[in-house]
This record gives sequence, structure tokens and C-alpha cells, in this order.
Amino acid sequence: MLSRTAENLYWLARYVERAEYLARTIEATLRVTALPNTYIGKTNEWDSALLTAGVSASFYEVYDEADEHNVVDYLSFSPSNPSSIKNCIENARLNSRSVRTALTSEMWDTINSAWIDLQEVWGKGTKTREELARFLRFVQETSLRFDGSAYRTMLRNDAYWFSRLGLHLERADNTARILDVKYHVLLPEEEHVGGPLDYYQWTSILRSVSALTAYHWVYRETLKPWLIADLLILNDSLPRSLASCYGNLVRNLDQIGVAYGRQGAAQRHARGVRNRLEHSHMDDIFQHGVHEFIQEFIADNSRLGEIITKQYLI
Amino acid sequence: MAVAFDEMNGPGGDLRPAYRELARWLKETPPDALEYRRQEAELLFRRIGITFAVYGDAEAQERLIPFDVIPRIISAKEWAILEKGLKQRVRALNMFLRDIYHGRDILRANIVPDDLIFQNPVFRPEMNGQDVPHDVYVHIAGIDIVRVNPEEFFVLEDNARTPSGVSYMLENREIMMRLFPDLFARHRVAPVEKYPDELLSALRSVAPLGASAEPTVALMTPGVYNSAYYEHSFLADKLGIELVEGRDLIVKNDEVFMRTTEGLKRVDVIYRRVDDDFLDPLTFRPDSALGVPGLMSAYAAGNVTLANAVGTGIADDKAVYSYMPEIVKFYLGEEPILKNVPTWRCREPRDLSYVLDHLSELVVKEVHGSGGYGMLIGPAATKATIEAFRDKLKREPEGFIAQPTLALSTCPTCTESGLAPRHVDLRPFVLTGSNHVTIVPGGLTRVALKEGSLVVNSSQGGGTKDTWILDE
Repeated sequence: MLSRTAENLYWLARYVERAEYLARTIEATLRVTALPNTYIGKTNEWDSALLTAGVSASFYEVYDEADEHNVVDYLSFSPSNPSSIKNCIENARLNSRSVRTALTSEMWDTINSAWIDLQEVWGKGTKTREELARFLRFVQETSLRFDGSAYRTMLRNDAYWFSRLGLHLERADNTARILDVKYHVLLPEEEHVGGPLDYYQWTSILRSVSALTAYHWVYRETLKPWLIADLLILNDSLPRSLASCYGNLVRNLDQIGVAYGRQGAAQRHARGVRNRLEHSHMDDIFQHGVHEFIQEFIADNSRLGEIITKQYLI
Repeated sequence: MAVAFDEMNGPGGDLRPAYRELARWLKETPPDALEYRRQEAELLFRRIGITFAVYGDAEAQERLIPFDVIPRIISAKEWAILEKGLKQRVRALNMFLRDIYHGRDILRANIVPDDLIFQNPVFRPEMNGQDVPHDVYVHIAGIDIVRVNPEEFFVLEDNARTPSGVSYMLENREIMMRLFPDLFARHRVAPVEKYPDELLSALRSVAPLGASAEPTVALMTPGVYNSAYYEHSFLADKLGIELVEGRDLIVKNDEVFMRTTEGLKRVDVIYRRVDDDFLDPLTFRPDSALGVPGLMSAYAAGNVTLANAVGTGIADDKAVYSYMPEIVKFYLGEEPILKNVPTWRCREPRDLSYVLDHLSELVVKEVHGSGGYGMLIGPAATKATIEAFRDKLKREPEGFIAQPTLALSTCPTCTESGLAPRHVDLRPFVLTGSNHVTIVPGGLTRVALKEGSLVVNSSQGGGTKDTWILDE
């Protein structure tokens, strides 16, 4: 397929995934901030939402203070934030238009309809919390529909695999970012571990990656920081864990390698990262530092993005 | 202006046979049911994203072309004549183009004046003596046809460069079949769905000699901001070929390749929807970022087929148009089956003085204009506009032709005040491959939605209708 087509598919999937992650982040933050102060302390959850979205610096160029109104507006609708939900959907639609021939009609319909709704219903932002909740739902449903229609309707060929690469790379980045911002509440040696403050911080992490119910199914325990870290980093059965993302990245890259009859740096690098995840234990990770581990992972992950681009997309 | 002939109700208000079933159905169908279907159709068009970009209209970068749910019906007998006439005309167009860029017999025979060709900005000296595969120049032609009475069809324009609209022909039919299955069950409508297949096989048939048995065909678009981008992506999809932009292509050793995830892949036939001027910055406009450097040398080396060929603009020039009856006779030795609209060539002093005296009755068009831009519709224009146009005409008479304002036929159309007659034209699409000329039965009917308006162009607020050719 055309390199440009593959590139567009890859970014299209990234934009859709990012929009959903932002919607989840806002939703989880709203829940935490709705709690009484005694449960969450004095931390500014809106600041940490900006950090996990990776837009803190650019936010403070526009605003002085991170409060609900400013952050929600910046993450959702701001035209000056290149990765606001609105811009993600608009970019996704622009990409879709230039690769329409590679999309199934169901996928196009999802993106195009979302874009139309964005113009007509959500164009002016939201005024009330109820409206905001509906908007966040709409974004998550768009992503579910898009993902579902890709899964159910696309031919299993390079078009599908490149779009999956974008999705898993973006997802791994998002999960790693939220861990990186919140790693301090996961550190077991902190004094107040186990208090109500941590408990709600932990729930908000799990909510951001849609893993709260999963946690209980997997561990059948009350929330414990090392188990949360284990779930999000090493547990292959959680779709948003780093291990699961890399399982998929390796698989999709292998499928491309087989179809094209040759492999390259992307396959090798992805396998390297996956092997490291497979052979890690939570004890060691805590020992060597969660923050360092995650930082390294984020760098490796973005390196994979560069290699894929060089090998296939230009 | 005379009262226009209505395709459904006929000249004397007698229902014409091809429309009998439709009329009965319209009588049975309550107006609000029709309105409901109309809205549904609009929704479908929007969701599928069948849009048309309008240049210079920031408000509506992507606009829907209004779709009218009342079909336009043409009987089998009428179509048979049209088909024959269209094939004849396109054969002549191709022979004319080959001649102009080779022996120029028609100029030596003094049928078409030399300067009309050589001083024409769309004439391409680069194509002089250049052979094109199978001598096909116009692989895809869109011939605009108007009707003025039950017997007479006129050709209004020959679009021989990059005619668009065929996606609407196909999508209109799809949507009509979805919304009005009952209406189809009452008629025998010839299918149009074979068009993409026929287009692909025509394109394959004109692959260069050096191409493999399975030539690679690609569709080249200027990109997502082009007004017809939807059509480009639609066709590439239906044909199952890559939709490429200039930046996807590269020329090496006079061969054209596309950049793929598996490396470079040779391209043999390019259905290009990019104008000549933008094809190759080394040959044409150096500032064009849309094209492919070296494409013309690959073309000259015979390693790639461009459809339509470079330089076909000379055949859809409106001044050359006025010679089409002579052109058909000259090459085929046959009487033209389809007539031209009578045309005054402003370049000729006698015609010019007539045109200047009758501006308020005539339609004056720019010779190289398209899309309804830069024309004067005398009867609808204000005095000031006419005077301004008169000055333009005197300054540059060779840039214009004039035609009588025809009473274009009308067709019943949904309007805010119920069904009402609106003027229509028809653009059938004629395909030419290595040894055959084909037309799928139908075309794009464009309709002027404003009462009394004769302008059907989509860029000027016109709409479209499904066009039915009855099969018996």
C-alpha cells in the first residue's frame, strides 16, 4: 500500500485513541474532584490531568490557573491545543478523508458522523456538567464504534495492521503517562499509603484506563498500589497494560513482516521491549524505581514510533 | 423566451409515455411522504460524505450538492439515438486530437483556422509528434447535452479534459434504489453500476507496450482540498486502485513509481484528475507542488499512459466546439447525429457585431471558462452588467462565443412550493479504450433549482437527479 496511506491510517488510529483517553481522564478527574477535601487532600487533580495529557506547558502559556473550567475547555475544545479532543477528531476526519479508499464504510461513517456532531452539537463547547458528561460519553462511544467497526469490517491486511500499530502505540503511551504522573501514590514506602486519599487517587488511575472492574476480577483484593502497577504494566490480560500493548505491537509487526517477506528494525525493537516486560517483576521495578522504569518505557515507545515511520511510512 | 418543453408533461400538456408510471406513482404518494424521503436522501448524502468543495466559499468548504428525488426519464428509443451520436462525436474528437498533434490535415484543408489552435493557451506544443498508446486521447469524455423539444438534443459542451460528476450518477442511483424500491419495481431501468468495471478495463486496455500483462493503474488527485476530491476517492475505491497524489509518485529512468510500504512500485496507467498545468513542474508550471517532476519525460518515453492525454483541452475549447459538425464530417465522412447549439464566434467580425447588437438575448461564454464562471446570460442580466460585458467583448473578442438562450427542457422537481418544472441538462460519460467506445446507459442530470434559472452548475447552486434510461 502507499506509504502515505499507511501513515494516515496509523495516525488516524492514534488520534481516535487519544481522544478517548482524554475523555476518560477528564471523567476520572471530575469524579475525584467531586469528593470532599478530606478524601483527596489539597492536590490539584486538574494539574495532574494536564500532566497525563502531556500539555501542561502549553496550557500555562494560555491560562494562569488550572481549574475545572480552564482544563476541561483546554483538553476538550481548545483550538490552540493541538491535541484537544476537538482537534483529535478533526484530524482523524481529515486523515480519514485522505485514506477513504483504505477504510470500510462503517469506519468512515463513524468518523464523519462524529465530525458532523462536533460541528453541530458540540461546536460551542459545553455549559453544564450534564452536557459535559454527554460529550465525554459521545467521545468514548465514537472511539468504541470506530474500533469495533475496524475490528469487525476491515480486511486483515496491512491497512488493518498499520492502524492497529497506531492504536497500541498511542495506548501504551497513555497508560505509561498516567503511571508516570501518579507513580508517587503507588510508592509503598510513603507514610500515608492506604489512607482514603490514596484510595481515591488509585481509583482515578484505574478509571482513566477503564480497569477498575478488571482489577477486582484479577486480584480479588482491595486496591493495593503494587497490584495496580502490576496490572497496568505487566498483566497481559488487561487490554491497556503495557505488556498487552506490546504483545499486540509485536504481533502486528510480525504480520506485516510475513506479508512483505522481510523484517527490520521495528520488529526487533518491539520484540526487545516486549521481552523486557515479560521478564520483569514488580519487586524489581519498585526496587529500581517505578519512575525510572516508566521514563525508559516512554522513550522506548516513542523510539518505536520513529522506527516504524522510517521503515514504512516515508 | 418560449415556454420550455417539459419532459414529463410534453409540449401540449400531454403526459409522455416514459413518465406514465412515475406520474401515477406521484399521484398515489402523499406529499409529506415525498418530503420525508427527500430529507432521508439528504441525510444519507451527508453521512456518506458526498460533498463538493466550493472555492472561495470559506463558510461552506464542503457543500452538499442538492439532490432531487424525482428521477429524469429517457426512453430507450431516445437513448439509442443519443448513444450513437455520442460515440460518433467522441470518435471524431479522438481523431481530431491525434491529427492536431501530428499531420494536421484538418488545418491544411482549411476546415479549422490555424491560429485557433496555435494561439490557444490550452494547445500543448510538447505533444507535437508525440504518440500516445493506441491513439486514444480522450479516454473519458463528459458531453453536456440539452434538449429543447421532443425531437431535438443539442450538444452544449464537450468536456475532454477531466470531466467530473460520474460519482453522482452512481451514488444517485444507489440512494434512489434504497429509498424508492417500489418505484423501481414498476419500471425497467437500465443499470449504471457497470461503469467502474468499464472504466478500469478501458484504462487497462491503453497501458503502454512495456507494461506487464496486469498493468498497474492509479488515480491521481490534487488532494483533499480539490473540489472533486470526493469523486476521486470514490472512483479509486470502486476501481480498486490506489489514489495517489504527486508526492506519492517518483520518476526514475523515465519510469513512474509509487512509494509504498514495500518500496517502489511501477505505475503504468495514470487516470489523472490533475490539470495539464500542474502535472510536471519541470515541463509546466514550476511552482506546482501537485505534480511529479519528470512525469512528462516518462510519458514521452512511452512508459506511462496518462488518461486523459495531455493537451486534450484544445478539443473542449468552446471556439473549437463551434467547428464540431465539420470535424465529425471531416474525419468520419458522416453527418453528425447530434447537433451543436448555433454558435457565434466573436473572433469573426460579422459574428461579433451581431453579438454586440443582441447581447440582451444571448448567452456569452468565455472560450476557456468552465463551471458557469465568467458568462453572461443576457435576458437575466442588468443593463450595467451587459455594458461591462460589452467592453470585455470589444477588448478581447477571440476570448468569447455566444449562443441563443435556449429554452432548456424542464423536469418536475421538488421545490418548497411542491412539484414544479425546473430546467435540466444531461452529462453522459463516454469511455474510450484501445478498440472500443462505451457508454453506460445514463448520465448525470443537473437541474437548476431556482425558478426560471438556466444555470445548472453545481458551483452555482444547481442540483442533480437520478437519470433513468428505460430498457424497453
